Amino acid sequence: MTSPVEVDHLSKRFGSFWAVQDVSFDVRPGDIFGLLGSNGAGKSTVIRMLCGLLSPTSGRARVLGLDVARDAENVKRQIGYMTQRFSLYVDLTVTQNLRFYGGVYGLREPALRERVQWALRHSGLEGKEDLLTSGLPGGWRQRLALACAILHEPKVLFLDEPTGGVDPISRRQFWTLIDTMAESGITIIVTTHYLDEAEHCGRIALMHAGRLVSLGSVGQLKEVFAGRVVLEVACPRYQEALEELERADGVLEVALFGTRLHVVVTEAGGARERIAERLERAGYAGATVERIVPSLEDVFIHTVMEAESRGEGAAIK
Amino acid sequence: MRKIWAVALKELRQAVRDPLTLMLLVGLPSLMLLMYGYALNFDVRHVALAVQDRDRSPASRDLLASFGESTYFDIVADLPAGADLDAIAQRRIARAVLVIPEDFSETLAAGRRAAVQLIVDGSDARTATTLLGYASALVAETNIAMIRGTLRRTGTPAPPSIDYQPRAWYNPELQSTQFLIPGLIGFILMLTAVLATALSVVREKERGTMEQLRVTALGPGQLILGKTLPYLGITVAGTFLILLVARVLFGVVVRGSYLDLLALTLLYLLGALGFGLLVSSVSDSQALAFQFGIILSMLPSIFLSGFIFPIRSMPVVLQWVTYAFPTRYFLVVLRGIVLKGAGLGPYWRDVAFLGIYGLAIFSIAWVRLTRKEG
Repeated sequence: MTSPVEVDHLSKRFGSFWAVQDVSFDVRPGDIFGLLGSNGAGKSTVIRMLCGLLSPTSGRARVLGLDVARDAENVKRQIGYMTQRFSLYVDLTVTQNLRFYGGVYGLREPALRERVQWALRHSGLEGKEDLLTSGLPGGWRQRLALACAILHEPKVLFLDEPTGGVDPISRRQFWTLIDTMAESGITIIVTTHYLDEAEHCGRIALMHAGRLVSLGSVGQLKEVFAGRVVLEVACPRYQEALEELERADGVLEVALFGTRLHVVVTEAGGARERIAERLERAGYAGATVERIVPSLEDVFIHTVMEAESRGEGAAIK
Repeated sequence: MRKIWAVALKELRQAVRDPLTLMLLVGLPSLMLLMYGYALNFDVRHVALAVQDRDRSPASRDLLASFGESTYFDIVADLPAGADLDAIAQRRIARAVLVIPEDFSETLAAGRRAAVQLIVDGSDARTATTLLGYASALVAETNIAMIRGTLRRTGTPAPPSIDYQPRAWYNPELQSTQFLIPGLIGFILMLTAVLATALSVVREKERGTMEQLRVTALGPGQLILGKTLPYLGITVAGTFLILLVARVLFGVVVRGSYLDLLALTLLYLLGALGFGLLVSSVSDSQALAFQFGIILSMLPSIFLSGFIFPIRSMPVVLQWVTYAFPTRYFLVVLRGIVLKGAGLGPYWRDVAFLGIYGLAIFSIAWVRLTRKEG
């Protein structure tokens, strides 16, 4: 089976600013593909090009075998799209929103009625049909927006920061819905800056300053730490300690995680002890040093720092 | 069609829920109609007139009677000699004072020209001018009656004279509402069509729903039609509603054919809706769209259309400017249909311009809105 989404050396320039530079990846059918990165990394720009909202400056992208630059209208018929801002009409009721989007996708009775019923059931909005959207809590609105985006049974679904500004419980419920959809065979491409959400993704593309800096499954991404150890350090005056540790032998990288430090060191016997000793000698009494399993956040920070040290961070040419 | 209908239905539902749109489509036109119909009335009738008859003779009473019997003046005060005329005007007891001197009947009897004085409050120049006209006509009538009487008494045959019988066609009583209502329709249509369309598009931009729509399978043409057709329907319905209200309240009867009226209105609205779309394509916020709409559609419709101020009495340069705004053409034809019972034929130039203007504006807006971003 061919890849439903193929991105080939895609770039987008706004004036003199390269929002996306030379990004290539493809997505497997039925996968949840995560585009991760901080704000302004270019994730949304990639999605907007894939949906036919923006034309690429150079490179190509194909969705369901169709070139998004040349065949945007046909692409739009077969995809669903949900943005970070809930694109609902808050002055319409739940059913009116659903019926509107159904109509816009050309659904006719009785299919329209069926799909609206299905969407209400699926997103747990039964009994809320006649409520004004403006009165719905964020989590419900989000599920309604999702329902509107999949009424026409798209084969590929694009979610641009779908969980922004929503409480944790609603986020969980939302991801359960997404997982179910992926199981039913819909290919999903999602951008997020919640790294914990990436655990739901089959494959992930890490973006930084318009470039794709890492691509693979969560497990594959964590392989950047092969031959390396990640230590978590808790100590007072952690900001000064950070500078101290950056000068230590065998330390590749130190990053601040809240009030703790994550230290990447080369794999060698007694790395933990050496760091603890160094801190104690420098006068940081009571410091604790523990080896941890690197999280995706560690991967992300590590990858971004590496990319910047290679000079790939410069997005402005 | 299905998709256009979906958008149109959504627009209608939103229009009903949105206080601003509702105000614009229903409140504003009703307010305007009442305000212009009742308040903006250029007819001068029943003006309070004070008289100071120092002569108190049959001749002076005849003159006063001719004023009092006309519908133009109501005699509200009979001032004694020596009354403070200034105070009368200041205290707004009367807007005009007619002064007849002591020697009025004596002079007349002696066969000489007698003088009477009319003092008018000139602070409202328009009314004052009209009043002076009425007063001269009344005095002239009295003069003729006096001459006839004299001639009859002396047995002299009447000299040949011209009997002047003016008739104002189409609006015999020269009521200004007859003239203003068509203008009001032109103004209300322009304002509501431009603003409603512009705001409905810009609102989607502001709230971010426009982007969602652009990703759907909705073609840009379908979006534009879905957004303009409901407002076309509402404004056309509004036109006929205004005509109905004007008939009931102000006795304005459409003498021409309703079909001509509908055709004309559709042409005019094509331009107005197109203009609304154009406004929406250059503004990103509802506030900006509102200002554009007001300045570029409302003001010309009031001042440069012949709605209130006759185009012929404008400076020549301004007269040229009026040609650029469609309301001017619309009003000429509309007045023709409503007041004269004319068809579109004699006005083909104006109708053609409306058509060309409408098509041009709508096309430009269409191109601007369907153009792909970046």
